[in-house]
Amino acid sequence: MLKRLRENKSAQGALLVSPTMLWMVGLLIIPLLLTLVISFGKRGPDGDVIYTFTLDNYIRLMGYSKDCANGQASCFDPLYVQILGRSLSLAFNTTVLVILLAYPLAYFIARAHPKRRNTFMFLVLIPLWTNFVIRVYAWMMLLRTQGVINLILGWFASLLHISFTPLEMLYTPGAVLVGMVYEFLPFMILPIYTSLEKIDASLYEAAADLGANGIKTFARVTLPLSMPGVVAGTILVFIPVMGTFIVSDILGGRQVILVGNLIQRQFLDARDPTFGSAASLILMIMTLIVTYFYTRKFGFGEEIVVA
Amino acid sequence: MNPHRRHPLIFSSAMLVYVFLYAPIVVLILFSFNASRTNITFEGFIPKYSERVVMEGSMVKSSPCGPFHWFCELSKNKEVAEAAGNTLKIAFTSTIISTIVGTMAALALQRYDFKWKPFSQISLYIPIVIPEIVMGIGILTLFTQLFGIINNSLGLTGDSRLSLGLGTVILSHIAFSIPFVTLVVQARLQGFDKSFEEAAMDLGANEWITFRRVTLPTILPGILSGALLAFTLSLDDFVITFFTNGPGSTTLPIYVYGLLRRIITPQVNALSTVWILLVFSVVLLLQWVQSREQKQH
Repeated sequence: MLKRLRENKSAQGALLVSPTMLWMVGLLIIPLLLTLVISFGKRGPDGDVIYTFTLDNYIRLMGYSKDCANGQASCFDPLYVQILGRSLSLAFNTTVLVILLAYPLAYFIARAHPKRRNTFMFLVLIPLWTNFVIRVYAWMMLLRTQGVINLILGWFASLLHISFTPLEMLYTPGAVLVGMVYEFLPFMILPIYTSLEKIDASLYEAAADLGANGIKTFARVTLPLSMPGVVAGTILVFIPVMGTFIVSDILGGRQVILVGNLIQRQFLDARDPTFGSAASLILMIMTLIVTYFYTRKFGFGEEIVVA
Repeated sequence: MNPHRRHPLIFSSAMLVYVFLYAPIVVLILFSFNASRTNITFEGFIPKYSERVVMEGSMVKSSPCGPFHWFCELSKNKEVAEAAGNTLKIAFTSTIISTIVGTMAALALQRYDFKWKPFSQISLYIPIVIPEIVMGIGILTLFTQLFGIINNSLGLTGDSRLSLGLGTVILSHIAFSIPFVTLVVQARLQGFDKSFEEAAMDLGANEWITFRRVTLPTILPGILSGALLAFTLSLDDFVITFFTNGPGSTTLPIYVYGLLRRIITPQVNALSTVWILLVFSVVLLLQWVQSREQKQH
């Protein structure tokens, strides 16, 4: 049998890939299918799952409840739709801001002296390797009413003899946006840098020889050639922002509730895994749709692997 | 035209982004020397030398450790030690397994043709295109349902019941690490010149020797960076761990998150500072090793 395996290339390949597939099917695909099944189930008395087929969870997500059938006038509750919309717009805003911040830095690093590029890149990576939760917590110390930013602003105000009331920044949507941008910025810098660094320097010379100025070279050469990096970065930023619940939990307090918070609370506080599963399925479908249309327009980011 | 010229606008905006990236980290480190025990405001540094001891009211009056008071407190904290131990246990185990398993898959996908190849390749992109929380609750549901069935049907009670813990966290970390290892190693294999292997075979080496002496050394940098990626992903992971950990498998991120619900002392900052310094030195070490290697070639 061993001899037959030795000659059978196809079996060898399948054998080599089988442990990976065990994990991919067992811990990714089966859980996803289970989530789908449970989202059509009913919550049991102890927060367990009763396997039936009902659309109640989805109807509730869309803002309607069973009582609607009784012909009540105001049975539409937009709460969950608002949460979905808020998550979507926050993810969109975060991605745009992150691109605007990441591009100049990536460009700066890519154009730096080759000897210094690695150092500049490491400076981007070090905050990323400081734990996610700790980084969000650090923003709490900055944004608080008695926090560092207000301290500095107050100090400036007293220098200029202006009266100053500390700004309320923590537990606002703005705080959540800042936290999200901060957390995911490196994931945009990395792929943009990779694609900028790949651009052949002779292309710049050619552009200059053909009479293009700096702005024109950027618009016609640099920007189009760095688009794969921007696309990869967008995927790496948009998707996690859609699902994250820590940033909104810590920096948004109870004010800013996103899909991630909704799902987490259904599983741990409300103990309704069926409704939580429906919400996470909607989250997944929303991200997949956005990613699909985005990548169909711009192509799948080939820099993802490098990042 | 000098390709390395600096446009002042680019330069200044790049520097501002660096300031943005480092401001919270500087504050974190600064606050780990905070004389206040509440960590809400900075009330100056802890006084330098003194023998009189510890806290009065909300201020640290003086401490045998001087300015490093919170670092001393941290070193006495058993919960932190346990969480740090768990974090490392999980990271090491999942890195070793996911590196081996992921490299095998990369070789299979790059070198062999088999029936399920397209499906295998696509499945590796699942963790990238699906929000982590969806995977987290999916895995949680799987384990709770599965364990429920097993415990009930075997009539397990008390300590012998299957439950969430180190094992479930490690299994889940391996699941999200494998794709990254595989994709990184695959990228490395793509640039591999097959004629080297053919030459080795022509010179009489068998498949195993060819793999060990030719293929493995060539793709080793890819394997190592895949392993490093898996290790840092595991160290940093919050979401999956949050849903799959149980009693006795608290990791540092989970521990810190738990603390945020109470009043926090600057101990957390001391912890973060130690963490940052560790990562920083590992990164510097790696860079040094890498630059030495580059000089040799």
